[in-house]
Amino acid sequence: MTRWLKISWVSAVFTFLYGPLLVLMVFSFNQARYTTSWQGFSLKWYMRLLDNPQLLDAFFNSLTVALISSMVATALGTLGAFAVSRYRFAGRKLFFGLVYSVMMSPDIVMGISLLMLFVLAGLTPGFLTLLIAHVTFCLPFVIVLVHARISGFDPAVVDAARDLGAREHEVFYKIIVPMILPAVLAGWLLSFTLSLDDVIISFFVTGPGFEILPLKIYSMVKLGVTPEVNALCTVLFLLTLAAVSAAHVLTKEIKR
Amino acid sequence: MNERQGFKFIAVFLNMAWFASFVLIPGLMVVGISFMTRDTGTFFSPPLTLTQYRELLDPVYAKVLGTSLIFSLNTTLLCLFISYPFAWILSRASKHRRPLLLMMVIIPFWTSSLIRTYALVILMKANGIINTLLSAAGIVSEPVTLLYTDFAVYVGLVYSLLPFMILPLYAVMEKMDLRLLEAARDLGANTLQVFVHVVLPLSFPGVLAGCIMVFLPAMGLFYVPDLLGGAKTMLMGNFIKNQFLTAMNWPFGSAASVFLLVLMGLMLIIYFTFSRRFNRHQAL
Repeated sequence: MTRWLKISWVSAVFTFLYGPLLVLMVFSFNQARYTTSWQGFSLKWYMRLLDNPQLLDAFFNSLTVALISSMVATALGTLGAFAVSRYRFAGRKLFFGLVYSVMMSPDIVMGISLLMLFVLAGLTPGFLTLLIAHVTFCLPFVIVLVHARISGFDPAVVDAARDLGAREHEVFYKIIVPMILPAVLAGWLLSFTLSLDDVIISFFVTGPGFEILPLKIYSMVKLGVTPEVNALCTVLFLLTLAAVSAAHVLTKEIKR
Repeated sequence: MNERQGFKFIAVFLNMAWFASFVLIPGLMVVGISFMTRDTGTFFSPPLTLTQYRELLDPVYAKVLGTSLIFSLNTTLLCLFISYPFAWILSRASKHRRPLLLMMVIIPFWTSSLIRTYALVILMKANGIINTLLSAAGIVSEPVTLLYTDFAVYVGLVYSLLPFMILPLYAVMEKMDLRLLEAARDLGANTLQVFVHVVLPLSFPGVLAGCIMVFLPAMGLFYVPDLLGGAKTMLMGNFIKNQFLTAMNWPFGSAASVFLLVLMGLMLIIYFTFSRRFNRHQAL
């Protein structure tokens, strides 16, 4: 392949990936409401955003769910990764099978299966159901990430700690957790991002009483475009970008 | 129970219980309900039948299935066509540039695909950027209809799923031993022969993995056809969503979901069979 062709192919793909996002961001600063022509720089859509209690509520709800579900998923997943790498137990293979099938199975199937479970269990769709669903789809990512980190260790370290009199929970908190901290943090950040961005699963498990941002954006876009959405999406994109960059730095730390 | 056993019990139990309650049981429920009959009061009732599966083959629904499969297949091929050269160039970029380029692929991967779909709406509107540019350049006099067409749905699906194809391809290409390519060349192979006989077989596991990771989600992304196809294009995701939320036909929606699960199972079997054969081949 000639150098020229290579450069144009790569730039075309990157333009495709980033062009639409860039246009969105630029137009979030546009003065005009309906036209897509540029009518001067303005921060008014960001101001409008701050005056919209519904949007702010949805944003706050999303953050709450993302924070709590990512923390639960990280705590549970770290414990789970420790368990599968340290213990042999019945159903260990089934457990791994479930972890991978959650990562592979289409979101929509998980969405409807949880919807059916919650309806039959008589749970009102809202905060709690959303939390359970988000923990469920984040958990496998934490387990796989942390498990990869733990398997890289010399098991003699744990044996030595036990010989020196450490109890099992002390082995976990004082030896394992500090050693795998970067993987745990990366798992937490990825869970946070996944939770903040999820549309499909949340769509099925939340109710009208508890609105979260992606679904609010979905309904706003379906009803007709308002420029506040541009501003909101820009804020959200930058937030994800920050979280991803942090996670990336941490995963680099893991490989070291 | 000593302290160690206790800790082990808690660590294992909590995780197993979570997966059993929120993955295994709901999954089995989908399968179970797909064999039942629709009931307006309780959502489903017991007589076990194959009615739902028979109905999926009814021409009306078979058409949705067919369209969905075609859309997913074409999306997969488009992604492969765009990603293959791209991943190759990336994997051959200089060592210090590679991490940055890779990071640039990963960023959209972790960004809400809903936001990215919405960005495409802005671009393709009748008075959107593309139409403004086209008429400014004098190429068109009337705005072209881009939004609410199959074309827009394809753009949306490829846009959302492209990184899922690029990353596995890059992963295999980066590990490829370039000396094999040189050896083939030394033995007299031309560029095309090197590609067909060396590069393509060596990258096959990546091609397979990428295709699976694009094909399956392409069927489930209901909001892409919703926002870009104007709800004219009915794909599996939209169909399942409607069965559950509009038609309230749980058994039928479940049967359609089981179809997706079976498809996933088949693809995984294909993947593992091929990659095992490939690894054995490599070891020789």
